[in-house]
Amino acid sequence: MTDIETLERALRAAAQAHDDAALPDLIGPADDRRLLDLAYATLDSPVGTLLLAVTARGLVRIAYLGPEDEQSVLDELATAISPRVLAAPRKLDSPRRELDEYFAGTRRRFEFPLDWRLTRGFGRRVLQATARIPYGTVSTYKQMAGEAGSPRGSRAAGNALGANPLPIVVPCHRVVHADGGLGGYTGGVERKKVLLAVERGDRL
Amino acid sequence: MASDRVPSTMKLPPFQALLDAHGRDVHRFLLATVGPGAADDCYQETWLAALRAYPRLRHATNLRAWILTIAHRKTIDHFRARRRQPMPVEGFAERAVLRDGALAEAETVNGRSDLWEHVRALPPKQRTAVALRYVFDAGYADIAATMDTTEEAARRNVHEGLKRLRTEYTP
Repeated sequence: MTDIETLERALRAAAQAHDDAALPDLIGPADDRRLLDLAYATLDSPVGTLLLAVTARGLVRIAYLGPEDEQSVLDELATAISPRVLAAPRKLDSPRRELDEYFAGTRRRFEFPLDWRLTRGFGRRVLQATARIPYGTVSTYKQMAGEAGSPRGSRAAGNALGANPLPIVVPCHRVVHADGGLGGYTGGVERKKVLLAVERGDRL
Repeated sequence: MASDRVPSTMKLPPFQALLDAHGRDVHRFLLATVGPGAADDCYQETWLAALRAYPRLRHATNLRAWILTIAHRKTIDHFRARRRQPMPVEGFAERAVLRDGALAEAETVNGRSDLWEHVRALPPKQRTAVALRYVFDAGYADIAATMDTTEEAARRNVHEGLKRLRTEYTP
């Protein structure tokens, strides 16, 4: 009969034997069973690290990530849409590729579908009007407010653009003040300058 | 109990956070309890079951115990399904042994018979209690929380498991 301490030591030692085994994939089977409500990935870009999230309907969120922001962005998505959130870069292959092409100056419009569920009401109308501004051009807050049905709602339009859940793809960087001022930007005005420069064909 | 009601503001962390925090431990637990041959399947089943149930979860305290509880249930399903498999008839027995032998070989570390194979042969509650205790150094309160038993029962399950291992295992 083995004494108890030898046995306990042997159990602990044997438990360490497989610690480096690769963990099986979950994304494929979760996706097959429609249990993957939100897939996300990050992308390095000339305007910093982006977090992209996609639902079954389409791209639902692009977030500019500061060093500590990832968790709070994911927390927001879990609360707003579904807690079934998984890192699944392959599910974001096409948005990531198209964004890379956009930053390289070789793509002027995005083909992947968008999921607008994080917008509503006037804000959604402003953003959908913004989505129609052609590449390389700019429009004004006043103009966007008018197209959203509220010609005097420039300030509210500005707020809606500031809360854009899909920056870059819904090009709120193309909205500037009527007097030529650049206005604000959801990711900071430096990023707005970079995006406008990309669309002018400037070398980054 | 009214206190069990979900507050409407209850926030569940993104599922990925659970996976990052506990994925490795679930796998270690399953390697110990069902063995390398079945651990990956049980791992996927555990996490898929968790993912399915997650949005309806009523509390976000002790998610580690929650996921290990699911893993524990999957180990029981696994052994139950294995018992239901038809027994090989005479003559085919040898082939079946060979197939199991290949499995046993995969489960053997450095040519030594794996002590954990003996653990896998324990009754389900003892098996899980021993695994939690010696894979994670879990205290009896944690084991009780994971297995939904009293601390006393957790202690007894570990003790009975060890008692049996002592007689069956020689290093």
